[in-house]
Amino acid sequence: MLMSLSLDDVRRIAKLARIAVTDTELAATQQQLNKIFTLIEEMRAVDTTGIAPMAHAQDVHLRLRDDVATAPDRRDAFQAIAPAVENGLYLVPKVIE
Amino acid sequence: MKWEVVIGLEVHTQLTTQSKIFSPASTAFGAAPNTQTAVVDIALPGALPVMNRAAVEKAIQFGLAIGAKVNQRSVFARKNYFYPDLPKGYQISQFELPVVEGGAITINVDGVDKTINLTRAHLEEDAGKSVHEDFHGLSGIDLNRAGTPLLEIVSEPEMRSAAEAVAYAKALYSLVTWIGICDGNMQEGSFRCDVNVSVRPEGQKEFGTRREVKNLNSFKFIEQAVKAEVQYQIELIEDGGKVQQATVLFNPDTGETRAMRSKEDAHDYRYFPDPDLPPLVISDEWVERVRSELPELPAAMQARFVEQYGIPAYDAATLTASKALAGYYEATVAAGADAKLASNWIMGDVSATLNREEKDIVDTPVSAEALAGLIRRVSDNTINNKTAKDVLRKMWDEGVTDPNGADAIIERDGLKQETDTGALEAIVDEVIANNAKSVEEYRAGKEKALNALVGQCMKASKGKGNPGVLTELLKQKLA
Repeated sequence: MLMSLSLDDVRRIAKLARIAVTDTELAATQQQLNKIFTLIEEMRAVDTTGIAPMAHAQDVHLRLRDDVATAPDRRDAFQAIAPAVENGLYLVPKVIE
Repeated sequence: MKWEVVIGLEVHTQLTTQSKIFSPASTAFGAAPNTQTAVVDIALPGALPVMNRAAVEKAIQFGLAIGAKVNQRSVFARKNYFYPDLPKGYQISQFELPVVEGGAITINVDGVDKTINLTRAHLEEDAGKSVHEDFHGLSGIDLNRAGTPLLEIVSEPEMRSAAEAVAYAKALYSLVTWIGICDGNMQEGSFRCDVNVSVRPEGQKEFGTRREVKNLNSFKFIEQAVKAEVQYQIELIEDGGKVQQATVLFNPDTGETRAMRSKEDAHDYRYFPDPDLPPLVISDEWVERVRSELPELPAAMQARFVEQYGIPAYDAATLTASKALAGYYEATVAAGADAKLASNWIMGDVSATLNREEKDIVDTPVSAEALAGLIRRVSDNTINNKTAKDVLRKMWDEGVTDPNGADAIIERDGLKQETDTGALEAIVDEVIANNAKSVEEYRAGKEKALNALVGQCMKASKGKGNPGVLTELLKQKLA
């Protein structure tokens, strides 16, 4: 059975992704997302019995580096492009849970 | 109704690396804000993570130490959520294939051993820190901690009381600091516990709905938080309510827990494999090398202490609470102290004094060799136990490390036990003459009266009499 998303699903995904989707865009977004399921459905038609799922598109291993702290302090350069800083901190709208 | 408490722990241990898990920035604690960040940590577009080998090795060490399976292949995943201290909008963690699976830890509560099984342990990065002091209505963000390597250790929900939860946390703490993968500094957040608590009627098979208490950084808080949660949940259910799954915070000032996130958006992290990081592959050779380099673990050392030194299992367990304590004990015995006496002194006066002064064994001012010197003088009856306690106190205050330091103090302060029977006899005669009532009671068959008389003799000898010799003399004279 082909999976499909309801309008509520789309609203929820948009909220989780912090993307503002207006009511007028909602139906179009739903359609686009559901097309992805069609694509997945096509792929599911392939027999994958006995094939281990891949976690990465390339068959490569993770490269490892030695544990040495070599990064210089570049705070001034990094903070030059921040909208607001004070006492070395990045300032953001108040977050209290 | 009788309720059963069900507890599982997720512990975030900060790994003792020099640099971050995916960047070459320093992990040192306490630097000025944002001075220890690299492009990866602040998520500049295009910056790519490169895995720290030492973080992987520490995860392997842990896996081997708990008898778990170290996965040959594990996968990093993105855990997606938005918070200003997480600049990428996702945390790199492990989801379906963690680096360590299974394993177990043995805890002991009220003398009873219990095995707690572990579900998994996975590598992940820490987030930054929000500073909520008022910056004109704004919050401050410090990303020095962002990208610090963590090993999240997840237990099965197998603990059944606050005491068991604390015992498990302590056993885990002792193990990770023992093998040196975590510095154990709880004030600095190196060992943080999330505790999942639920209750169910005794005998019921299904678990109740759980609430997760986040970020407890002391064993005392774990105990208080579990008790508060259990009381809250039982009262709620008994009043006809239903527990809602939630993430809660514990307030140490009020001793209460309060809900932090609503259920709706919690735990919807939309994990998927991180395309920036191919699978982590750990060779058998690597695992075997780490295994060969592991130190003797607490459980093995306990068994050896019982076997080698002939001390009770309880003593062995206490002495192997930390590597430093065990080392101090072994050094004391190696310096010539009787094994059981050394155990008594270290678990007794030494530990009590350390506790009182809120010090760790590594800070003890009396060296193991000096303590052995003192214990030898107890063994050979040069001083009695009571005097030895006073000598230790002096050694402590004077910071004695010399193996002959105890002898010097005994000599200097004239504390040598009086074993000269002639001198002691005079004291005994005097005490018998001055304590007619006790003498009469003893002769009438009241054994306890003898203790009073020995006490008087000790007092008259200014503590230097040998209580054994005095008792014998008294018995002879009153026979």
